[in-house]
Amino acid sequence: MRIALLSDIHGNREALEAVLADAAARDIGRCVILGDIVGYGPDPAWCVQRIQEMEAAGALVIRGNHDAAIAGSARDMNATARASIDWTRPRLSAAQTGWLAALPLTIREEDRLYTHASAHSPGDWIYVTSDRDAMASFRSSDAGVIFCGHVHVPALYSSDIHDRIQAHAERPRIPVPLLASRRWLVVAGSVGQPRDGSPQAGWAIFDTATRELSFRRTPYDTAVTAGKIQAAGLPEELALRLRSGE
Amino acid sequence: MSRSQKRPAEGLQIDGFTLGPLLHRGGFATIWEVTHPDHPGPMVMKVPTILDGDDGPTIVGFEIEQMILPRLSGPHVPRLIAAGDFAVMPYLVTAKLPGTSFQELFDRAPLPPDQLVALAIEIATALHEVHRQRVIHLDLKPGNLMRDEAGRLVLIDYGLARHLDLPDLLGEEFAIPMGTFPYIAPEQYLHHRDDPRSDIFAFGAMLYELATGRLPFGRTTTLRAVRRRLWRDPQPPRALNPDLPPWLQEIILRALEVEPEDRFQSAAQMAFDLGHPDQVQLTARATKLEQDGVWPVLRRRWRARRIRGYLPAPTQEDTARAQVVMAAVDLSPEMEALSQEILSATREILHFRPEARLACVNVLRSARIQLDQGTDEAGNNLHVARLVALKAWGEALGLPEGRVTYTVLEAPDPGNALTEHATRILAGHIVMGARASSALRRYLGSVSAQVVAEAPCTVTIVRLPAPGI
Repeated sequence: MRIALLSDIHGNREALEAVLADAAARDIGRCVILGDIVGYGPDPAWCVQRIQEMEAAGALVIRGNHDAAIAGSARDMNATARASIDWTRPRLSAAQTGWLAALPLTIREEDRLYTHASAHSPGDWIYVTSDRDAMASFRSSDAGVIFCGHVHVPALYSSDIHDRIQAHAERPRIPVPLLASRRWLVVAGSVGQPRDGSPQAGWAIFDTATRELSFRRTPYDTAVTAGKIQAAGLPEELALRLRSGE
Repeated sequence: MSRSQKRPAEGLQIDGFTLGPLLHRGGFATIWEVTHPDHPGPMVMKVPTILDGDDGPTIVGFEIEQMILPRLSGPHVPRLIAAGDFAVMPYLVTAKLPGTSFQELFDRAPLPPDQLVALAIEIATALHEVHRQRVIHLDLKPGNLMRDEAGRLVLIDYGLARHLDLPDLLGEEFAIPMGTFPYIAPEQYLHHRDDPRSDIFAFGAMLYELATGRLPFGRTTTLRAVRRRLWRDPQPPRALNPDLPPWLQEIILRALEVEPEDRFQSAAQMAFDLGHPDQVQLTARATKLEQDGVWPVLRRRWRARRIRGYLPAPTQEDTARAQVVMAAVDLSPEMEALSQEILSATREILHFRPEARLACVNVLRSARIQLDQGTDEAGNNLHVARLVALKAWGEALGLPEGRVTYTVLEAPDPGNALTEHATRILAGHIVMGARASSALRRYLGSVSAQVVAEAPCTVTIVRLPAPGI
C-alpha cells in the first residue's frame, strides 16, 4: 500500500487541492495528515472540512500545535502565529474546533508511528532539526519508521543497529528504500507553507510493500493564496513567505 | 534493534533457502551455495560476519549492497534473488557465477598487449554500465571481477559502493577511507565517495598490474602509504615492460593521474581509446620511462599539505558532459545542406559538454556479398575517399586532435550499423539527419526512425527547415 503523508497544510486550500490531485494520480491507498491543518492560511474551515471528509474515507489525522491552539492557548507562539490563530478561531464552527481539539497526538500503525513534532513528549511540540533531536525521537519509540512534520523542511534520519544517527540528504522524487535493518525518521515537509526555499507544496509517499519513501513537490498557484492572505488582513509576511518558500 | 537470531551453517533453512556447502570465508562475509524450490539454477548466499566488536563497516556494507543491488540491472552486475535483514539473519542471495574471480589471471600478469586490451575493453564496458546506473563501485580490484555462464564480465561486491541518488550510509560515519589500498584513488583517502573517476583510477591500477605484473603503488598496506599517491606518480609501466606500446602506457598513466580532472572523464571514453589505438592522442605520458622529477612531486606534496579535498565531484549533468557523442552524417551531394545542419547541431551539443568526445561516422552501403577482387579494391578506394570526406566535414568543428575520431562503417543496412556502432562505442548521444518527409520515405521507412527506435541512448534528429508555403 502507498501512503501519502501530508503535514502542515495551514489553511492553504490551493496547496491542499493541488497535492490531493497529484496524489490521486499516484495510486495512494491511504492518507495520513500529520497535523497543523489550520493556522497562517486563509481557508481554515474549508481545509478542516476537506480533511474531515478524508478521515471519514479512512485517512488518519494527527493533531498539530496550531490545531491545539484553536481551542487551547496560543501563548507560546510568536506574534505572527498568534495573530493568525486569533483570526482563525471565529472562522471555524464549534464542531470543527471540538474535532481539532480531540485529534490524537500520535497514531501507531504496524511498525509506523505518526506524530506532528518530536515523538519524545509529542505535546511539547519539539522541532526535529538535528541528529540529537532525532535521537530523542528514536529513543522514545520502537517504531521502525517515525513520520512527523512541524519543521516545514523535509528531512530524513536513520538510526543504525548500533543506534548511531545519520542525517541523509533529501532529494525530491527519488524513492529511497528504508532498509529494515535500521530505524528511520521522516520529516514530511509542509503542504501549505514550505520553508526550504521551494514554494512548491511538500509531501511524501511511503510504499509499505517496497519500504520506499519519496519526497514529493507539487506546484500550485501561490499568488492566489497570497492574495487571499492579504485580502483577509492576515500578516503580510505570511503572503510573502508562500511566494518565496522561505 | 534486535540482533540476528540465526547463524549460517550447512543445512540451515531460511525463507525457503537451504544452505549447501560453504564456498568462501572472507574477512567480512561467508558465501554459501544455496537451493530453493522456487528458484531454479545455482545460487549463492552471502552472509555478513557480525562480530560483537567493531563491525560497523561490515553491517553498513551489507546494507549498502541491499540498497544498491536491487537497483542495478544488466549482464554486468550480479542478479539479486532475495535478501534477508538483521531480524533473523542478514543475507543476500544472487545467481551463482561459475569459476573464480580474476585474481588468478592477474597473478599471471604481464599479459600480452592484445589480450590485455580485449579484457580492458570488457572491464570498461561493464564499468560504463554501472556508472550509467548512477552507481560508483569504489572497490574495483581483480577479486571483484567474474564471468557469468555466457562468459560476460560481471562486477561484483557493492559493499563499498555509492548510489548517487540514495543516502550514502558510509558517508561521514567511518573515519577510515574504505577500499582496497593498492587500488584506491587518492581522493578516496580524503573520504570522497561521489566521483565516478575514482573507479577510473582503480581501473588504471588494474591495467598497470596486467601490463607489468606489478602494482603501481606496491602492496600498500598502510594509510600512510595510500596518502603518498596524492603526490607520487607510479613508475611508468614501459620501464617494467618495454613491449607495452606507448599508446597503452598513455591510457594507463592517464587513468592513474592524481587529479580526477586529468584522468579519463568517463569509462566510455576510456573504452573508446582502448578500442581505437591509432586515435589515442599521445602526450609525454606515452614515452616517459621515469617517474616525475623532484619539482612536480614537491609541488604536489606542498599542495597535498593544504588540500582537504578536490574540486567538487561531477554532478549528473557533468557526467553527461563526458559522453561520447556520435555524429552520423550522409555525405552524398544532395544531402550537403543537411550535413551542414548536422554540423551546427553537433557544434552546439559539444559547446555545452566541453568534456565530450566526438565520433564522426559515415555509412558506406555495401552489397551483401563481395563478388571479386576488383570490387574489393574499388571498395577500398571508396572507403578511403569517404574517410577523407568525413574528416573534411568534421574538421570544420575545429576540435583538438584526440577529441574527435572518424569511422566509415561498411554495411548493407545503415540503420542497423549505426545502432550497433553506437552500442559498441558506448555512445551517450547520437546526432543525425532525417530527410524531408516524402511519400517514398513513408513507404520505405527511414534510417533515422530505425536508429531512434533501437539506439541505446539519446538521439537528436536534425532536419532542414521546411520550405516556406
